[in-house]
Amino acid sequence: MDILRIATAGSVDDGKSTLIGRMLLDTKTVFQDQLESVERASMQRGDDYVDLALLTDGLRAEREQGITIDVAYRYLATPRRKFIIADTPGHIQYTRNMVTGASTADLALILVDARKGLVEQSRRHAFLATMLQVPHLALCVNKMDLVDFSQEVYDRIVDEFEDFATRLNVRDLRVIPVSALHGDNMVSHSPRMPWYDGPTLLHHLENLYVASDRNFIDVRFPVQFVIRPKSLAHHDYRGYAGQIAGGVLKAGDEVMVLPSGLTSRIASVATADGPVEEAFAPMSVVVQLEDELDISRGDMICRVNNAPTVAQDLEALVCWMAEEPLEPGQKLAIKHTTRTARAVVKELRYRLDVNTLHRDESADRLGLNDIGRIKLRTTQPLLCDPYSRNRLTGAFILIDERTNRTVAAGMIAAAS
Amino acid sequence: MSDAANYRLSQLDTLEAESIFIFREVAAELERPVLLFSGGKDSIVMLRLAEKAFAPARIPFPVMHVDTGHNFPEVLEFRDKRVQELGVNLVVASVQEAIDRGLVHEQPDGSRNRLQTPVLLEALEENQFRAAFGGARRDEEKARAKERIYSFRDEFGQWEPKSQRPEVWNLFNGRVHPGENIRVFPLSNWTELDVWEYIARESLEVPSIYFAHRREVFDRDGMLYGVNEHCRPAPGQATFTESVRYRTVGDATLTAAVRSDADSVEKVIAETATSRLTERGATRGDDRFSEAAMEDRKREGYF
Repeated sequence: MDILRIATAGSVDDGKSTLIGRMLLDTKTVFQDQLESVERASMQRGDDYVDLALLTDGLRAEREQGITIDVAYRYLATPRRKFIIADTPGHIQYTRNMVTGASTADLALILVDARKGLVEQSRRHAFLATMLQVPHLALCVNKMDLVDFSQEVYDRIVDEFEDFATRLNVRDLRVIPVSALHGDNMVSHSPRMPWYDGPTLLHHLENLYVASDRNFIDVRFPVQFVIRPKSLAHHDYRGYAGQIAGGVLKAGDEVMVLPSGLTSRIASVATADGPVEEAFAPMSVVVQLEDELDISRGDMICRVNNAPTVAQDLEALVCWMAEEPLEPGQKLAIKHTTRTARAVVKELRYRLDVNTLHRDESADRLGLNDIGRIKLRTTQPLLCDPYSRNRLTGAFILIDERTNRTVAAGMIAAAS
Repeated sequence: MSDAANYRLSQLDTLEAESIFIFREVAAELERPVLLFSGGKDSIVMLRLAEKAFAPARIPFPVMHVDTGHNFPEVLEFRDKRVQELGVNLVVASVQEAIDRGLVHEQPDGSRNRLQTPVLLEALEENQFRAAFGGARRDEEKARAKERIYSFRDEFGQWEPKSQRPEVWNLFNGRVHPGENIRVFPLSNWTELDVWEYIARESLEVPSIYFAHRREVFDRDGMLYGVNEHCRPAPGQATFTESVRYRTVGDATLTAAVRSDADSVEKVIAETATSRLTERGATRGDDRFSEAAMEDRKREGYF
């Protein structure tokens, strides 16, 4: 059994909470006491049916206002897979929340209301998912019961979406007509949509092939922590601990350490349970080298003939997540893999309109939830890959050193 | 050649790798972390993960127990034994002592759950701990489901759900101002079932009260409470003996047992997989005060 990470996006009215509530219910993940408390709340409000959305709306402030404040994580498991769902609200704080939820996702689940078809928000969510390089996209055309389970309506939405998707870099798309409220095509095929011969939503999620999504070619091992026991039993022990960001590591491999460029061979790759023959992402391991090199946190172990770029000048797409705007000249802290440096914003190339994909080159600032392409100069070299090549060594965050807040999520486009 | 199909990690290996990453990241970036250990199953798993994260070196931070004084004796014995095995320092922050000095006052209902908060905050401040690892999981409760792995707290230890730091990729921001600290939850993505499967896989020892045993109990609001020095039935209320086990281990006055015949880890896993009640809903009187009980306590600085 493995894990599939899902990010859901949609607005309140798309029935996203109902869809998740339905999945929890149908996989028997919802517990009796949770269901009873939701039934009680629905009854108190005088709803006609049990509002499954209440299963996921957590905080009192949210229940009172009928909104979702923040990313909520849900867990469900079937005998085949464990699912981690990052449930992101579709309204105002959408970019910030969706970036948080989708940055680690294997699949983005986007909902549209069959009656309304694609709306601005659906396009925006699809764009953000592809910008974050979520490998798989599932579009659920929901509320099919309200359009008489019409194939015509479904086909029109599929056409419209596929047309839009050609402008994005969508690697894998699956469209599924459902009624979350009534359970059609959720777990079993709906007799009311005999014209649909694709998988049900749960079948799709259980069987999606994700093993090839990770990069097993480029060895990338950001050193996170140097382990030196300083005990009699392990007198000269020096191990480099970290989580593999790409490639396959094994004893005997010739490796290079950046930024120094020094080379050595891997003496052993181990976990606390002992040496492993091969290690790959996302394993957390300890690497020992044959030679004693001066290596510290923030360094990167890679292969001699396959190394990331050692760069101080970056060009990147950033999502700005702070109230105060980003402006050229600003100085910020940058965290990239396990390395932290300072950076100055040299230039704002353009602001991207996420609805039209128009690039506004006259923009002189990025506001909260804006996306734009910037140039950065860092105080120390970073060891980076393009985000399109590796989602971990191509990503960074920017931190305001005055407030300590995370103000931007960045994806490297080019580095030198 | 690399064949992607061979490079798959099981759910437990993936969760373990993520938790170990979090331990190392905090130890590398924050001054004076501390691991909150209650002797419950989640903190036992957490301690095992911390051990693995730094092996063959020792865990580079101490362990702290916020001791309500309302303990199951089995749990305290277990705590001391484990701490000795690992060779880590134990800090005990005592609620009883805080009552004696007047920092907090005994509640009318005799529960010391809420009293833990000021005692925890004081101990964090006194020892200048900048980060405290907690064993909370997001599947436990609605408010937890929205809390980040690094849960930023202000100088009063309060959680503000509206202003959480975005957590993207594996890039955690652990920067704090003097006087502030963060709670870190390495088990955020684990479920109750994952925890039990990991206990089985790692052959971890857990306190015996997690397994079915015969105990004298009484019924309060539909929950079964064990009779002990901290917890007594109302005058005239009948007690009876049942085969029970505990799903959570907290304040002995507040934690209820469930009817169970699961007397081994394997049976507990089978029972957990088919249980129709959440562990908190089934066993924690403290979460029943109101719909938003946990949300309110977290805002006060609770774990």
